[in-house]
Amino acid sequence: MFVVVVGCGRVGASIAQSLIEDGHDVNVIDQNLEALGRLGHEFPGNLIQGPALETTVLERAEIERADAFVAATNGDNTNIVIAQVARDRYQIPCVIARVLDPSRAKFYSQQGLTCICPTRTAIDMMEGALRAFAAEMTEDA
Amino acid sequence: MYAVIVGGGKAGANVARALLRLGHEVTIVESRTSRLATLEAEFEHMARYGDGTELFVLEAAGMARADVCIAVTGDDEDNIIIGQVSKEHFGVQNIVARVNDPRNQEHFDLLGIAPTVCATESILALIEHEVPQHSLVHLFSLRRENLDILEIGVVEGSRADGARLGDLAIPKGSLVISVLRNRVGRVAHPDRELAAGDQIVAIAEPGHESDLMEIFAGD
Repeated sequence: MFVVVVGCGRVGASIAQSLIEDGHDVNVIDQNLEALGRLGHEFPGNLIQGPALETTVLERAEIERADAFVAATNGDNTNIVIAQVARDRYQIPCVIARVLDPSRAKFYSQQGLTCICPTRTAIDMMEGALRAFAAEMTEDA
Repeated sequence: MYAVIVGGGKAGANVARALLRLGHEVTIVESRTSRLATLEAEFEHMARYGDGTELFVLEAAGMARADVCIAVTGDDEDNIIIGQVSKEHFGVQNIVARVNDPRNQEHFDLLGIAPTVCATESILALIEHEVPQHSLVHLFSLRRENLDILEIGVVEGSRADGARLGDLAIPKGSLVISVLRNRVGRVAHPDRELAAGDQIVAIAEPGHESDLMEIFAGD
């Protein structure tokens, strides 16, 4: 498949690299040229520098023919807006947005957007670990 | 009426002043602490600190009982989110949003945030009106109502040149509302004779521009 990844931070760059290793085609967008440097010269996909809110930038990344779209910039609101643009304007079948704020992630998930919330995951895992420990303590007592 | 204004810059503060003068109730949400201090000095408890794209901030600002949400921050993505959350989560009926970069207008339209106000577009429309480069100028768009207000110059040798307004076959879905000559505007009347150099103002549903241009500008 062909994937457009927006945001070349730790998350975006890592996803792009894994997809290439799995044999997929990937183009990556980031506003910052240095961030695109994470992927290095050997990266086979196109690296596009520019703000992803601009449709010209999305189109330089060939969004029209994308099978999947990943919005992983460091701005929740940017991710939510471009994910909706990818879904509603370009009809991309698989759209995933990273949203750090749990309440916005919950709200937009209810609106039918696939949101991944790392904060929610961290909260759940830490609470889970603490509850498991608390349960052990009561058993021991 | 209760208005929640998100973004306390010049636009937000002036809208707040105008609404207060008209006797309405307002809250201004601002996330920059330095700006908030200025706002608090003038608006006291009506200025609130917070990131207006956070649901709990909007909740605390009373968005659920707002009659209108005015999203006028300097970031278009934020204004879109504020508009969507206010409408879909808090059920606010009226949203007004500011478009900072006209290139983002299409996102507001796509995601149903209307009406919008864009300073750049307004300035360009005024320039076109004052210094017409083209014989057709978009004076104003009522996006939600799907109507455009257009100004068209009457070109020499066109069908309209020398014709009675009432004799012209104005396409259905459009209406000439005014005729401007030597900077004086008159409400349109079927008996009015048109001449090259006049400007007509029409209200039209989208898609009638080329038909109107053919009548008044002859191309």
